[in-house]
Amino acid sequence: MNILKKIVSKQIFIPCAALLLLALFNLINDPSFFKITLGHNSDGDPVLNGYLITILDYGSELAILAIGMTLVTAATGGQDISVGAGIAIAGSVILRVLCGSNSRPTELQTSLIVAFLVAVLVSMAFSAFNGVLVAYFKIQPMVATLILFTAGRSIAAWINNNELPIISADCDKSFSYWGNYIPGIPIPTPVFIAAISVLIIMLVLKFTNLKLYTQSVGINPKSSRLNGLNPEMIKIISFVILGVCVAISGLIKVSRLQTINYSVVAKDIEMDAILAVALGGNALSGGKFNMWASILGAYVIQFLTTTLYKLDVRSDALPAYKAIVVIILVVASAPIVREKIGGFFKKFRSSENKGGAAA
Amino acid sequence: MSEGAILQMRGICKFFPGVRALDGVDFTLCKGDIHALMGENGAGKSTLIKVLTGVYPKDAGEITLEGKVVSIRSPQDAQNVGISTVYQEITLCPNLSVAENMYIGREKDKLVNWRKRNTEADKLLRSLDIPAKASQQLSSCSIAVQQMVAIARAVDMDCKVLILDEPTSSLDEQEVAKLFRLMRDLKAKGVGIIFVTHFLDQVYEVCDKITVLRDGKLVGEYVIEDLPRVQLVSKMLGKDLDDMSDIKSEASVYEGEGAGQNVFECEQLCSNAGIKPFDFYIKKGEVNGFTGLLGSGRSECVRAIFGADHVTGGKVRKNGKEIKISKPIQAMKQGIAYLPEDRKIDGIVADLSVRENIILALQVMKGFFKPFTKAQANKFADEYIKLLGIKTASADTPIKSLSGGNQQKCILARWLLTNPEYLILDEPTRGIDVGTKIDIQKLVLKLASEGMSVTFISSETDEMLRTCSRLVVMRDRKVVGELSGDELTQNMIMNTIAGGDGN
Repeated sequence: MNILKKIVSKQIFIPCAALLLLALFNLINDPSFFKITLGHNSDGDPVLNGYLITILDYGSELAILAIGMTLVTAATGGQDISVGAGIAIAGSVILRVLCGSNSRPTELQTSLIVAFLVAVLVSMAFSAFNGVLVAYFKIQPMVATLILFTAGRSIAAWINNNELPIISADCDKSFSYWGNYIPGIPIPTPVFIAAISVLIIMLVLKFTNLKLYTQSVGINPKSSRLNGLNPEMIKIISFVILGVCVAISGLIKVSRLQTINYSVVAKDIEMDAILAVALGGNALSGGKFNMWASILGAYVIQFLTTTLYKLDVRSDALPAYKAIVVIILVVASAPIVREKIGGFFKKFRSSENKGGAAA
Repeated sequence: MSEGAILQMRGICKFFPGVRALDGVDFTLCKGDIHALMGENGAGKSTLIKVLTGVYPKDAGEITLEGKVVSIRSPQDAQNVGISTVYQEITLCPNLSVAENMYIGREKDKLVNWRKRNTEADKLLRSLDIPAKASQQLSSCSIAVQQMVAIARAVDMDCKVLILDEPTSSLDEQEVAKLFRLMRDLKAKGVGIIFVTHFLDQVYEVCDKITVLRDGKLVGEYVIEDLPRVQLVSKMLGKDLDDMSDIKSEASVYEGEGAGQNVFECEQLCSNAGIKPFDFYIKKGEVNGFTGLLGSGRSECVRAIFGADHVTGGKVRKNGKEIKISKPIQAMKQGIAYLPEDRKIDGIVADLSVRENIILALQVMKGFFKPFTKAQANKFADEYIKLLGIKTASADTPIKSLSGGNQQKCILARWLLTNPEYLILDEPTRGIDVGTKIDIQKLVLKLASEGMSVTFISSETDEMLRTCSRLVVMRDRKVVGELSGDELTQNMIMNTIAGGDGN
């Protein structure tokens, strides 16, 4: 009983339990959900097929964004709702740098790494702008990022003069590798990118004080300042890290299709990223956080989306179904409910003890 | 005993993970009594109050109000059966008017006639002699008046039991006197008052009975005349108190290297917190203090030294070298530590663990890229938990679940861990029990004898007299005098504060 209670009281329990429930549901509904087969794509390269692969593949952007969103949430007690628009900007920058002014290029202007680094810098700059609004001007994060949320997709379109550049396979084949497959490797590349991102943030959290600093600033900025921290700078840093995450997601997004659609790319992804943080049991009011739980939360959301697709839910009805499941999950992870559950276990145990004593 | 009792609590138990916060505590409150609830930090006073007001559910026991067993599950329940609480920290809404604060949360009618409310509120405020107007914004009143408004709200709800949880800790003497007058009025009206405080003088001034708790257990209930102070203190501590009047002469004076040299000095230092430019110095191994009434600028002075407020001018020298301090981190790097006055707002990081709270300052000084290993952090935390006797279930416990005094010890541990040359303690003993107070005073003198320079600020003058060898006196945000040696008497301080001619 005690061990069970301990497990239940762990923060990471919520996303784990949600994942297990979803897995269980699929197992009962159709065990073939878990089948993974080795096939070949149109180029004849070996690729792994299966719903699990899809989840891992399409959950990548969300997991990467969840990293940054967790830090912003912890440090500022608010969320960045401009990440979708940020991805459009980052993707647009990458295409612009690669294609120049020609939207149907026959050869790329520079190497991808240059284009990506420019996108990272641009993305960091936009995030720093958000961060300054939040840290120095004390604007509510959601309101501050609302500006970029509204303007971001127009900025993205303007960067490419409203054209939709396409990098065709004839021009450069390797561009599509980042969002799809590298020939010879049957696992989608975004999975690796997400794994590396997670690895990097875990190393950063382990070998720096990022966690302690963001948490203390998020909980009590005044006291943090008197302990020698610079709360404003830490809030901005959390936004800038999110900016890097946005640029990485942007790369994956444009590489998947080798083009961009400014109004549709990464639409509503900010809400999923925020949900991932909440599903991980992190308080959206800031303070303490658990990075693993957030990342797991991101995959839970993707698991849910894929499950619904598999059930042939119409794509326009998808959000409604998703909402129902999310409400259940979020309510179950609310501290009040968890306390009640904890209390229930305690009562159960004490009545058990009493029963034992009477006997 | 139960004659005239309005409130009886029998066999109250409350357990927290790893701690027995309350263990079979009995408590009886009679009509028209002012009943002091005394005990050390972590003795269970606050827990008992929280059980009574429905903040915590009790694990065992029975609460009887006017002979009827009541079940109190929430603060709302407590309010409905006539138990009102005024907490140490004001829990009203500062941006609402006085009248709004008095009536908020208890409207029975859907429609409110605010003009009528305001007249009623004004009448009540007048009858209780509270210097506030109903339409005034609450935040424009002094803390004492805000507290009285909270009491007025309670009175107007026809409360039978009024709980005052350390209401005097942020009040000056005149304000305390006003509060006491109000308490006596209520007593005459038959309200039973539970008074939680750490100030012995105040207990003996207004209370009729004392209940003493220790380690979650009831020590006893006493009529005030039967319990001299020394006995009260020894009952709270569970041991005989060593002579607390003269700890200063026992402590040895630091005579090592650099003794008598100025560790820190400043000229014409001023900040945006509204203090007049002041000069100040402290020698190695010296304990000095800023004294003055509340709001005289004593805290603002030390905040300016630490760079906690925005420094607007002045020269600062450390060990003779001129330095610049505009941010706390710069002061910390110079070996200056500052324990802030307001523990809750400036001190603790509530959700973090005791361990993280203790290592925070040292960790920040060490740098972003050099986190302590878990083993190191645990070693530091365990060392100071033991050294200062911090009562906590473990180093992993969130600091917010510790009692006030133990939180304070954690913050003290945080700064001692940085091994500062110059330690500033702003009200380190506020809201702390007698035993710990003396421990902290002794610790200060011991540190000074080892060569640390300490600036000590306290609202209690005798505490200052016991520890400091030199006092800077402030009035109206200005330094008005300096006392040392034979001048260090209660009378001299009062006179200097008052600005008389010294007689």
